[in-house]
Amino acid sequence: MKITFPHMGNLSLTAETLLKGIGLEVIVPPACSKKTLSLGVQHSPEFACLPLKINLGNYLEAYELGADTALMVGGIGPCRIGYYGAIQQEILRDLGIQMELIVLEPPDAHPRELWDKIRRLKKVSWKRVLEAIYLAWHKTRVMDLLEEKALILRAREANKGSIDQLLGEARLQLERTAKIAQIKWLGQDYLSQIESIKLDEERQTVKILLVGEIYTVLEPFVNLNLEKQLNSLGVEVLRPLFLSSWINEHLLGGILNIEGTKKARELAKPFLNSFVGGHGRETVGCSVQYAKRGIDGIIQIAPLTCMPEIVAHSVLPKVTEKYDVPTLTLYVDEQTGEAGLLTRLEAFADLVRYRQRRLKKNENHVFGY
Amino acid sequence: MDKTVGIPRALFYYYLFPLWDVFFRELGYKVILSPATDKRIVNLGIEKAVDEVCYPVKIYYGHVASLLKKADCLFLPRLVSIQERSYICPKFMGLPDMIRANFPEHPEIIDHTFDGSRKGQSLSKDLEHLGRKLGHPPETVRRACAESIAALREYETKLKGGQNPMTVLDGARFGFGERKLKVALLGHGYNIYDPYASMNIIAKLARLGVEAITAESVDPAARDQAAEVLPKRMFWTLGHRILGSALYLEQRDDIAGIIHMASFGCGPDSLVAELLERLLKRRRRKPLLCLTIDEHTGEAGLDTRLEAFIDMIARRKIS
Repeated sequence: MKITFPHMGNLSLTAETLLKGIGLEVIVPPACSKKTLSLGVQHSPEFACLPLKINLGNYLEAYELGADTALMVGGIGPCRIGYYGAIQQEILRDLGIQMELIVLEPPDAHPRELWDKIRRLKKVSWKRVLEAIYLAWHKTRVMDLLEEKALILRAREANKGSIDQLLGEARLQLERTAKIAQIKWLGQDYLSQIESIKLDEERQTVKILLVGEIYTVLEPFVNLNLEKQLNSLGVEVLRPLFLSSWINEHLLGGILNIEGTKKARELAKPFLNSFVGGHGRETVGCSVQYAKRGIDGIIQIAPLTCMPEIVAHSVLPKVTEKYDVPTLTLYVDEQTGEAGLLTRLEAFADLVRYRQRRLKKNENHVFGY
Repeated sequence: MDKTVGIPRALFYYYLFPLWDVFFRELGYKVILSPATDKRIVNLGIEKAVDEVCYPVKIYYGHVASLLKKADCLFLPRLVSIQERSYICPKFMGLPDMIRANFPEHPEIIDHTFDGSRKGQSLSKDLEHLGRKLGHPPETVRRACAESIAALREYETKLKGGQNPMTVLDGARFGFGERKLKVALLGHGYNIYDPYASMNIIAKLARLGVEAITAESVDPAARDQAAEVLPKRMFWTLGHRILGSALYLEQRDDIAGIIHMASFGCGPDSLVAELLERLLKRRRRKPLLCLTIDEHTGEAGLDTRLEAFIDMIARRKIS
């Protein structure tokens, strides 16, 4: 069995470590590119949301490299991701491609379903499985912590690209290592390197919260490097969604003390009073949570026609009204062009900066100087 | 004077109106139904909704807008699920919140949650809960529930018997010429039964001498059985209904072809239609026409495609 998986931001670091750790031969698909997109779009339903198409592109590219199995997550609704695996398998079948999708999903008809799949994948002892999980977790967490820091500091870096270079190096080192102690050391080392990078102290920055559908938030290829673009416009990006916090909350049952979205989900009321699938409720809740803490703007991103995010989008104006924070909603699909996106980001950053200045001015009036 | 409750003639109106209607009347409300969808209503909806929302939800917004000053309260249920382990669509789960956010001048909203996705939970239980929440004596509520459930069953029996929701609810009549052909017309009820949204596709077909067989007239057991070939259980109620009916009707000799009508940007149908197309293509028995509608759809375009499809299946039938 040569196994592959779809890309989603730094997921490949986690998945490769985990799957190799449980004794499988892993084929990492080439990083998402125009080719991935056009392969995916060519064979996917036109009106499906973007992640389905790119996932499919990943499988097809991995297949060219020899993969015969792909791992995917499932679900039981109401979001479309629950049916991705079934559709993708049918598409592969009609293309005559001998590739099996193993879809890990919550047991539906029979509790054994998931268990059987895991046993099929596991080639080593349970002790080694646990070790692999532990290792994959630490790598993911370290990478996320570095990124979280980068999202803030990159807005003021004096030499453009210096933080990206450190992140790239850290990622490579993390890929190569298999020792927990070294991962922890790498994490501390790179964090201090990032923190001590030369900053442009003069630069005025604004704080923007980034929320939305997890795939479009995490995968730089589909959001056209949104975060980097914002950073280069002098925007500090705050992001509640990280792969590690998602894993902790959904797969580890929240056992680790990492800020999750539980509180945010509560805060979504009274704007959104129900679970709506995907990250719809988290989008609204996090907006409220961060607006209370004090931010200058909110950007929501989602694939075009994403149902949960459309619901969130529809109620966000109320959050804007109550907390006086501007929001920008971006939908991406295979037609999204970089120039169009950049124009909107620039306009939004300008608006946010202008508002911030005006608010400060008003404050000054209040205090009389 | 009786308190008036406004019910939008949109979305699940076509599936559940007899239930709501009888329930509220039994509790002493006067039910006010919004008028049939027309251009004005659609425009009212488009004005208020975000662009990315699908056509039927925009139409729902329009109906809500048309009820604003006409009723003391609006009944906008949060329909999470009407079937065990299934959902309708995420938008239905957030609908009352979406309306609240976009109509600041809204009157009182009754947004009771109906969630039949968990075992043991049912429509009647949620209905009873709603009656009690509205402050009516248990006796009245129980009677209202029983009456309204009976009304719904009666309605569903009529549909199963081949009657059309448009005829039963709104008294629409279809002048069938000589009936030459039968086709399966599948889609979400609020698309195919709304004469404005669907451009009255059922009447159009009737004029072409074609009778439209819809999912509601297919026996649920036959539907479920036919859907067993699906690679994975379909967790959207309407998607399941569409696929099950298509796979069942596809085996029937009197059905000459299948038409699937979806609204542009419909999440569930984007995958349902794909699966339908692939399954039917493999079986190579019945032709399929997929139609997409939204507020920009031109009637001439729809007519052309429909006529071409009917011509094609008629010729196919002769040869």
